[in-house]
Amino acid sequence: MSVTTDSGPFRGDDPRVRAMGEGGGRDGEFPRVTRSRRNTLWSGIGALVVVVIFATLPYTTQPGVWAILTQGLIILTLASMWNLLAGYAGLVSVGQQVFLGLGAYFILIPNMHGVSPFAALPLAAIGAAVVAIPLWWLVSRLRTAYFAIATWVLASAVALFVQQFQSIGGGTGMPLQGLQWADTNLLSADTYWVALAVAVLAIGGTYLLLRSRVGLVLTAIRDDERAARSSGVRVGFARALVFIVAAAGCGAAGGVLAIQQVAVSPGAGGVFDITWTAEMAFAVIIGGLGTIEGPIVGTVVYMVLFETLQHYNAWYLIILGLVAIGVTLFARRGLWGTVEEKFGIRLLPTGYYLWSPAERRRRIGRADRG
Amino acid sequence: MAWVNAIIQGILTGGLYALFACGLSLMFGVMRVVNLAHGDLATVAGYIGVGVIAAIHVPFLWSIPIVVVIMALLGYVLQRTLIQAAINRGDLTTLIVTFGLSMVIENGLLQFFTANSRGIGVNQSIITDSFSIGSQIQIAWLDVIIFVLAVVVLLGLQYYLSSTKYGRLIRAVADDREAAQLSGADYRHVFGIAAAIAFGTVALAGTAYGMTTTIDPTTGTQTILLFAFAAVVIGGLGSLWGTLVGGIVLGVAQEIGAQINLSWELLAGYVIFLVVLIVRPQGLTSRRAQS
Repeated sequence: MSVTTDSGPFRGDDPRVRAMGEGGGRDGEFPRVTRSRRNTLWSGIGALVVVVIFATLPYTTQPGVWAILTQGLIILTLASMWNLLAGYAGLVSVGQQVFLGLGAYFILIPNMHGVSPFAALPLAAIGAAVVAIPLWWLVSRLRTAYFAIATWVLASAVALFVQQFQSIGGGTGMPLQGLQWADTNLLSADTYWVALAVAVLAIGGTYLLLRSRVGLVLTAIRDDERAARSSGVRVGFARALVFIVAAAGCGAAGGVLAIQQVAVSPGAGGVFDITWTAEMAFAVIIGGLGTIEGPIVGTVVYMVLFETLQHYNAWYLIILGLVAIGVTLFARRGLWGTVEEKFGIRLLPTGYYLWSPAERRRRIGRADRG
Repeated sequence: MAWVNAIIQGILTGGLYALFACGLSLMFGVMRVVNLAHGDLATVAGYIGVGVIAAIHVPFLWSIPIVVVIMALLGYVLQRTLIQAAINRGDLTTLIVTFGLSMVIENGLLQFFTANSRGIGVNQSIITDSFSIGSQIQIAWLDVIIFVLAVVVLLGLQYYLSSTKYGRLIRAVADDREAAQLSGADYRHVFGIAAAIAFGTVALAGTAYGMTTTIDPTTGTQTILLFAFAAVVIGGLGSLWGTLVGGIVLGVAQEIGAQINLSWELLAGYVIFLVVLIVRPQGLTSRRAQS
C-alpha cells in the first residue's frame, strides 16, 4: 500500500524513514519519499513553456486578446491569494478588496508626484502589506464567520476613510498621469506583461511558500487546526504571515488594475467593491480550495462565464455564485480537487509521497523491463 | 441643543439597527450560522413589501404581516434545504454558501429590478408625521414606532426563548444538539423554526428600513449586514439584550459623527466598532471572554 501524504513530515533523509527500511537491507526495501508519484520535471518544463507562450502573445495575437487576458490575470492573482488565505490558513476573508483598493492608491499617490505607475508597482504590494499588519492585529481577535464579516466591515471603514481625502480624489477618484501614450497598443501590451509577471510571482510565490517550512505548518492547519496547535505548531504566526503575504499580492493586483483602468475610482464598481472578493472567492471554490492548480482552473471558468455573459449585466455574477454554491455543496474539493482525487495528478506538488517498498520494487521492475 | 437632538435621534436609529441585528444574532446563537446573506434577505423583504402593496392594493401597513409570513416560510425552507446542507459540511461551507447567496440575491435584484431605489409607503401620514419638543428637536413618529417595535421584538424574543416551552426546546438544541436529539427533538425542525423566527425579524428590519429611507439592491450588503454586525459585536456576541445596547451605541455614534461633520456619519460608527474590538472584544454587555 502506498500512502499519499500532504502534511507528512517524512523526508528521504529523515531517520524515521531510514529506520523503516533498515529491516530489509536490499535497496528495494527502502521506502522512498518524493514530492510526487510522477516526475515533476515535466510539469516544471510545462509551466515554463506556458509562461513563455503567454509572454509572447502580444507578438502573435490581437490587442483585444491581451486586454481580456489582463483581466483574467488580475483575477488569477487575487484568487491565488484568497486560496492561500482560505485554503491553507483557514482565514475566510470577505474584505480582500481593501488591499486591492489600497494597492491602487499606492500607485496613485506616487503617481501624483510624478512616479511612473509601472515603477510604483512594488510600492503597491509593500504598502498593502504594511497596512495589513495593524488590520491583522484587529481581525485576528475573531474566528471563522466573525472574522469574515469583520474583514468586510474593516474594508468598508478603510474605503470610507480613504474617500475622506479630497486631495486624492475623494469619493470620485482620479486618473493616472503619464499613461496617455500615443501607442495605446504598447500600453496595453505593457499592462499585460506586468499583469502576467504579477500573476506568475503570485503563483510561484505561493508554490515556494507552501514547499517551505511554513508550508508544512499551513498544510497542518488546513488538515486539522486543533491537532496542529496541540503539536506545538505556531498557528498564529503562520496565519499572520499568510494574511500579510495575501495583502501584498492583492495590493499588486490592485496596482495592475489601476494601470489597466488608467484611473483609480473608489465608488460602486471601483477598486473597493465587494464584487472583487466575490469573484476571487468563487473562482477558488469552483477550481478547488487548498490546491495551487485550483485557482487557475477557477479563473478559466470565471473568464469563460464573464466573456459569454458580460453583455447580460449582472448575470455572470449570479451564475458564478450559483455554481460556487453548487460546487461547495456537491463537489467540496472543486473541479481540480476532484480531478486530483480521481487520477492522483499533481502538477505542482507541495506535499510528499511515500513509496512503499513493494510499490517501488514493482516500479523498478517495470523500468528494467521497459 | 443640537447635541441632545443628535443623541435622541441616535437612540431611535439604534432601535432600527438592533432590529437589523436581531435575526443575525438569533441564527448565530441557535445554529452557529453567520448568515452573510442576512442583509440581502432584508432587502428582499423590502422588495416583497413593495410588490405586495403594488399587487393587491392593501393598506400599506397590512403588507407588513404578509411580508413577515412570506419571509418566515422562506426562512424555514431555506434552513431545511440550503443552510442545513451547508451546516452538515462545516463552517467554511456555511460561509461560502451564504456569501454566494448574498451575491446571487444582490445581483438578481439588480438584474430584475434595476439599481433604482424604492421606498415603502411613500407620503403616507404615518411616515411623514413628526412632533416637536421645544423649537429644535423634531422627532418622526415612524422612528419612535420602529424603536418601540425593536424593543418589543427583542424583549419578546428573550421572553420566548427563556420562558416558553418551545423556546426552551430551541435553547436545548442550541446548547447540545445530540442530547436534544436523544430526548426526541428533531433538531432540523427546531432549526427551521428558529430560522423562520429570525427571517420574520429580518422582514421587519427590511420593511422598516424601506420606510425610513429607500432600499436598492446594494442596501443589504452595504448597510444592513454591516450595521447589524457592528451592533452585534459592540453589544456582545450571542446576547439579545446586548444587541439592543449595541444598536443604540452605533446609532448614537453615527448621529454624533454626523453632527461634527456630515461625511463622518458612517465613519464614526465604524470607529466605535473598532474601539470596542480593540478594548473589549467580547462586547459591552458580555461578561465572559469570547473563545
